[in-house]
Amino acid sequence: MLAHFTNVITVFLMVAGLFIITARGNLIKKLVGLSLFQTSVYLLYISPGKLIGGTAPILSPAFTVYSNPLPHVLILTAIVVGVATLALGLALTVRIREAYGSIEEDEILALDHSVEDDEARESH
Amino acid sequence: MALAQHLPALQVILPLISAPLAILFRRAGPAFLIVTAAAWLSFAIAIALFLQVDASGLISYPMGNWQPPWGIEYRLDRLNSFMLVLVSGMAAVVLPYARGSIEREIPHESHYMFYAMLGLCLTGLLGIVITGDAFNLFVFLEVSSLSTYVLIAMGRDRRALTAAYQYLIMGSIGATFIVIGIGFLYLMTGTLNLADMVPRVAVIESSRPGLAALAFISVGVSLKVALFPLHQWLPNAYTYAPSSVSAFLAATATKVALYALIRFYFTVFGDSFVFGKLPLPEFMLILSLFAMLFANAIAIFQDNLKRLFAYSSVGQIGYITLGLSFDSVHGVGASIMHLFNHGVAKGAIFLLIGGAVARMTTRQAAPPAPTFERIAGLSKAMPLTCFGVVLGGLSLIGVPGTAGFVSKWYLVLAAMEKGQWWLVGAILVSSLLAVAYVWRFVEAAYFRAPPAGRETGKEAPFALLIPGWLLILATLWFGLDTSFTAGAALDAAQQLVHSGN
Amino acid sequence: MRDDLVLRVVGRLLIPAILLFALYVQFHGDFGPGGGFQAGVMAAAGIVFYSLIHGLVTTRRIVPDWAVETMVAAGVLIYASVGLAGILLGGHYLDYSVLSSDPIHGQHRGIFWVEVGVAVTVCGVMLKIYYMFASRGGAED
Repeated sequence: MLAHFTNVITVFLMVAGLFIITARGNLIKKLVGLSLFQTSVYLLYISPGKLIGGTAPILSPAFTVYSNPLPHVLILTAIVVGVATLALGLALTVRIREAYGSIEEDEILALDHSVEDDEARESH
Repeated sequence: MALAQHLPALQVILPLISAPLAILFRRAGPAFLIVTAAAWLSFAIAIALFLQVDASGLISYPMGNWQPPWGIEYRLDRLNSFMLVLVSGMAAVVLPYARGSIEREIPHESHYMFYAMLGLCLTGLLGIVITGDAFNLFVFLEVSSLSTYVLIAMGRDRRALTAAYQYLIMGSIGATFIVIGIGFLYLMTGTLNLADMVPRVAVIESSRPGLAALAFISVGVSLKVALFPLHQWLPNAYTYAPSSVSAFLAATATKVALYALIRFYFTVFGDSFVFGKLPLPEFMLILSLFAMLFANAIAIFQDNLKRLFAYSSVGQIGYITLGLSFDSVHGVGASIMHLFNHGVAKGAIFLLIGGAVARMTTRQAAPPAPTFERIAGLSKAMPLTCFGVVLGGLSLIGVPGTAGFVSKWYLVLAAMEKGQWWLVGAILVSSLLAVAYVWRFVEAAYFRAPPAGRETGKEAPFALLIPGWLLILATLWFGLDTSFTAGAALDAAQQLVHSGN
Repeated sequence: MRDDLVLRVVGRLLIPAILLFALYVQFHGDFGPGGGFQAGVMAAAGIVFYSLIHGLVTTRRIVPDWAVETMVAAGVLIYASVGLAGILLGGHYLDYSVLSSDPIHGQHRGIFWVEVGVAVTVCGVMLKIYYMFASRGGAED
């Protein structure tokens, strides 16, 4: 178990993130959970990239074993994607707050349903 | 011409450049012109590439001249080139429509952003289809998804914001699942190039990480496809988005995700493993049946016309996954055909509904939601719009003479080949459900009296009517002349289904 | 926060250093951790720090909205232009080797300009996000 402790942490973060998304109704907490979930993916890619005895992936005559640079490149891209998603989610949350007055999912649903009930009552 | 060999790169680059140029010009007019020109050019390029693949087979374009498998390559076979024509064609039709449609739906200062986002969405979708690199697929998937969230949030109703947020959460979970699956594939095979993965995956696919990769990718792509239990984001997103966005998404977003599913199942993992050794055919069969029957049934009880057709989309996606689960040339061919036919028909229906909504919008107020109460007796004021929606509905049902019939025909053929007669019955039952919700529209629009004060009215604006009718005519054309759709789809299926390999 | 002496003095010392460090990270991405994205975020962070001390209005005078939006678009266009230059000079899209007579020098040039494009866009996007969030809610300074 100790030899694979990066995998254990990866799975823990993954499940923690997913749990927060489903179990919490506050819009910002959901976004935090999403971020946590995406962070576990970074660990998943990078930890196998480090080779035992490997040095930084910059060519030099003194070294023969280099760590794999490709996962780092992939994760840079994934981090940027995660930042963009988080920024977009937060912007939507700000707009939802302005439109509804609340960022709790159940309160927003209640407001929507009461509006829909009013609309249905008007038309019948 | 020297430029001809760079067409695969230009296919994605032209819409990509149009987005920042639209932002630089900061006014709706130039932004519209730039993005529409890019969309029309990319449609022309897609047709050219389709003809090129038709003539000479596979096209491979290494980005930056780094040879695959080390570099990212754009790889075109029959399936991609067909999808490229669908996606770029829809963009080419929706953009001129959007000009008139968003006048009333989006505040004027945001118009240039709308066009830029539409350009980025088109880039992402084209990139997913054309790329031959797994991580590149994820990147383009996120590009298209993020711009889609923004486009949906631009709807006037405040529920568009919550719809976009819900789609953001679910879509990001889906995309992250896909990247986890790709990560496992990379760790086990050492390569990200989809074509290079094929022999390597064959060695490791029964191992636990291989199966985990398949599972994660399946769930992730199913979220994007809106396959039955994971479809919760779709009705809200289609209902509250601006009309042009609903039309564009209904025709392309889920279809491109289905393309990704086909690519991973048939090319990377190989259908002999996925459908032969794993219980996936049964699993997909059950989910497809749920989609076809339940989603179509739920559609019948909807009050909002856009919501009704959104649930109809979930049902129609069930047909496509049903065809895939057969793993035969006719089954997969039917799926690919239905990708195209449903995209065109549903896009047409949403465009026409948007035109009706635009006509019903009074100057200052928000656009009205197309509920059945509001569209009562619409055929008197807008005969062309209503007739167009009816024809689109006939394609959804699968009436002979429309494109929907062709794909249903091949689906039934594939079911009969497998000897599954009860499936033929299920397909017919879901078609009857489709008849029910199309009949609800016909009954409301043609046989009910219009609400007081709207006995006379004008037809939908012509600028909005023509793109919708163009797609309806395309549906009828492809129902009668199937050489393009059926030919390309069956050809692609031949390439994908190597039974016994 | 404009009245806080400590913040103003520390800001006056640190903000130029942050911006300079961002440039350092930008150009040393070849040899150590760094590159376009990191540099863009650091430069934006320096400007955000300035805005926290002196207020959004002052910052908007120094880095106006139109400049930020132009940065966002220009960076992407720089990146795409490097790719198109590859096509026009006879190679493939984003082929750096043809950008100079010596392929290795061409690679240097290509990566340099591509990273400049990335840094400009990232800095612009971070600033735009900050401006958007900071200007909502009404409370100024």
